[in-house]
Amino acid sequence: MSERTLKIALPAISVCLFLVGWSFYVRTAEVSAFVLPPPEAILVALIEMVQTRELWDHTLVTVTEAVSGFLIAVGLGISLGFIMARIPPVEWAAKPFIVLLQLIPKIALAPLFILWFGFGLESKIVIAAALAFFPVFSNALQAFKSVEPGDKDVFTILQANPVQRFYLLDVPSALPVILTGTEVAVVLAMIGAIVGEFIGGNEGLGYLAVAHLQNLAVPELFAVIVVLAMVGLLLYTLIGRLRHSFSAWHVSSETA
Amino acid sequence: MPFDARQDRMEINVSGLTKVFGDGPGAVTAIKDADLTMERGEFVSLLGPSGCGKTTLLRIVAGLEAPTKGTVEIRGNAVWNGTRRSAAATRPVSMMFQEARLFPWFTVVDNVALPLRVAGVGRKERTERATAICETVGLKEFLHHRPNALSGGMRQRASLARALVTDPQLLLLDEPFGALDAMTRDALNIELMDVCARANVTTILVTHSISEAAFLSDRVVVLAPRPARITAMIDMPFDRPRGLDLQQSMSFQKMVGELRHKLSEGE
Repeated sequence: MSERTLKIALPAISVCLFLVGWSFYVRTAEVSAFVLPPPEAILVALIEMVQTRELWDHTLVTVTEAVSGFLIAVGLGISLGFIMARIPPVEWAAKPFIVLLQLIPKIALAPLFILWFGFGLESKIVIAAALAFFPVFSNALQAFKSVEPGDKDVFTILQANPVQRFYLLDVPSALPVILTGTEVAVVLAMIGAIVGEFIGGNEGLGYLAVAHLQNLAVPELFAVIVVLAMVGLLLYTLIGRLRHSFSAWHVSSETA
Repeated sequence: MPFDARQDRMEINVSGLTKVFGDGPGAVTAIKDADLTMERGEFVSLLGPSGCGKTTLLRIVAGLEAPTKGTVEIRGNAVWNGTRRSAAATRPVSMMFQEARLFPWFTVVDNVALPLRVAGVGRKERTERATAICETVGLKEFLHHRPNALSGGMRQRASLARALVTDPQLLLLDEPFGALDAMTRDALNIELMDVCARANVTTILVTHSISEAAFLSDRVVVLAPRPARITAMIDMPFDRPRGLDLQQSMSFQKMVGELRHKLSEGE
């Protein structure tokens, strides 16, 4: 068999073996279905849920929160990163806050944001944005700072104005590193949205998971987790595609 | 002002130029009391070992590094007003660096057209002009390639095209072909000489290759390190146009010998 077919066949086989092993274990060891349902029960629950509007409404809520938070984080992260890279005194002044905010586990701020922004979408968007901000910001700061001095010389000789420098040099130079940060950020935005839903509110996949837990509807709980994994994968793939198309010229993506 | 032909032909006037990096006991004098005047269309090389301040001198003329003392004038306009560079004085300047400094997010033709884009020339016109200049430096088949796909020599050709696309009056070259193999280097030097002669552009070349300096220049300025300074200026009395066979001639070999001697005197 060629390496190509093996690369497709082997993961499929290992996943199948895992599921069969799981099912077999649950049955023979008589594990309570409240602890670990067999995978086929989860599949049945998933198929039932997919046919209801409810699931899609909750999914839409979670995606809206995560994507909004992500976009806010990207906007803020890139602008603040650029300003601090360009005007060092701003970075020096902001440094203590940056360090402090980086040290705090951001997720611990979630209850506070619920307190400030209520039980609706806004608080979840803020939590998602807070979690997603740092990877974008620190990558942007680093990337804008490390624009090659020799490349800047070229633009000085060309007498480019600050706006031209920004969109012809700074942004394209920094973009590959910034987009790497956004790949991490989109995953964190999902986590932020879900944790927000755990804590308060009555919408979203995070809420749905908690609701199923309280009803001891364990296969449904697993089904929600599967949906969450799918949504996360979708967003991550989208950003990955975006990065690839934007930085096709970048060395790291060429060798990848 | 009375008419003065010499004044009219004067392109560059460097006087008492000194650059000190840092201060206190750690200060390093990169160049000390350099004087240099150049006429329009002249090709001058700054020749010396590393640490002699030749690149610093060039960067001050280019407006990239402020001098500590002294003045630089291009066509009578001061490049530096204290540590502020004058955009007007440096407008006719183009520069090439050791690295091609092409931008990987643009194609070759867009890289070459970049100076025109920055100057506000419309897309259609700048692409036409960039395409034309690419063809003259042998990049016809590579117009829509990414710079990363090009060899080192081809990249420097593109860099040369970018430097020439604005029809500069003053071309500053910081060892642009230093990293290339000898054959590519010869070919590019011939082309460079051609282009400079045709466009009547004034050129300063920084190099540490004695034969390259002698072959290309009307005049070679020899610099020495510790303290970094100009130690000699020697005219290259070879007829133009020059071909590679000039390098085999007795007179050329003698000149190379003299330059080598001047260089070692400065040590």
